[in-house]
Amino acid sequence: MSSQKISLTINGESVEAEVEPRTLLIHFLREELNLTGSHIGCETSHCGACTVDLNGKSVKSCTVFAVQANGGELVTIEGLANGTEMHPLQEGFYEAHGLQCGYCTPGMLIRAYRLLQENPDPSDDEIRVGISGNLCRCTGYQNIVEAIRYAADKINQAEGAD
Amino acid sequence: MTPGVFEYHRPNTVEEALALLGQFGEDGKVLAGGHSLVPMMKLRLAEPAHLIDINAIDGLRGIRDEGDVIVIGAGTTQAEVLTSDLLAKKCPILPEAAAQIADPQVRNCGTIGGNCANGDPGNDDPAIMMALDASYTLQSQDGERQIAAREFYQGIYTTALADNELLTEVRIPTPAEGVGMSYQKIKRKVGDYAIAAAAVTLSMSNGQCTDAAIALTNVGDTALLPLAAADAIKGTSVDASAVDAAAEAAMAASEPVEDLRGTREYRTAMAGQMTRQAIVEALSRAAGS
Repeated sequence: MSSQKISLTINGESVEAEVEPRTLLIHFLREELNLTGSHIGCETSHCGACTVDLNGKSVKSCTVFAVQANGGELVTIEGLANGTEMHPLQEGFYEAHGLQCGYCTPGMLIRAYRLLQENPDPSDDEIRVGISGNLCRCTGYQNIVEAIRYAADKINQAEGAD
Repeated sequence: MTPGVFEYHRPNTVEEALALLGQFGEDGKVLAGGHSLVPMMKLRLAEPAHLIDINAIDGLRGIRDEGDVIVIGAGTTQAEVLTSDLLAKKCPILPEAAAQIADPQVRNCGTIGGNCANGDPGNDDPAIMMALDASYTLQSQDGERQIAAREFYQGIYTTALADNELLTEVRIPTPAEGVGMSYQKIKRKVGDYAIAAAAVTLSMSNGQCTDAAIALTNVGDTALLPLAAADAIKGTSVDASAVDAAAEAAMAASEPVEDLRGTREYRTAMAGQMTRQAIVEALSRAAGS
């Protein structure tokens, strides 16, 4: 079985690696690169815990092969904070108690990160549709919606102040 | 869960993809959005020796208006269908349905070609393409052919697509202005396949239904086109008794399996209910009613 060489950008850094074609992107991230922030939940593309941002789109990395990310630009949860400064979404989840067990949180955050770029001022309904591919089994959706709302407001206020 | 071993190919053109399909035959499998195929590969229900990833083929993407026909490249994603101004204006049943397919992440990957070619009776686009009387362009190294969606589906995961062929585009006769259309789907949760769903197109003139098509999702081995259901509303004012008759005909044509989505009786009843809702909604959107 021949491996294939891939090169991509992950959280702003160039990465080169050799992967078997059958290696799923989530396994490549977690096991080869030790980027364990993205979680494995259902492994059947339902739960969204493995969501990453690939070429400006939210995708479920359990259902994409690492070779398909060749040449691509990837953002994972590890790339969200600016050094020790939390991203407004992370701050929002903290302030609005947007998590209980935390398992779905990395996927929620990286999905919301893209949602707010696609729609900077979403209604609560639009947030709910926007995160409909991410399951929370602590039943925390209400606070997750509030957390995303918090982040949207904070980002919009910061941009308005510029 | 990790799929079995395969060789990965990423052609940049349709010609290269067709050459690979010609070379590998039944050992090759096309990877489009992958959200049906990859889960099957993880379960080892699919173990292709060669995976032909068509995502780098720019020529397979895009939606264009050719006047009397709307052409959708097979690699066009459901997210692109959902946000297409052209489709919103000229064929709104497709964005309406796309919003009911899977979830945002999956719609970023899942393609209209994959939905149409896969052959799973749970896929939503086949019934819609049957209702719209769309055709598919199938290409191979031997040439190109057109096949009507209404003739494409043969059974569960069995279609008219040959091992060496690629479905490259969906061709939809541009609906006349004023045609009402709707896709109504009942499902257990976001991302699930339909318990039952119905696609309806209808034309009204002076309060009479002059043409109609009704197709059903996930209540048979393939999408179904119960002609008797459409006949029940043609030539009527689409009043309550005509809608009931159409729903009865849709239920009579339905043969759902009993599964986690419900009993045969329940899913059959839902096929009737979705038919009712889709007719009423299409009627409200049709001119001349």
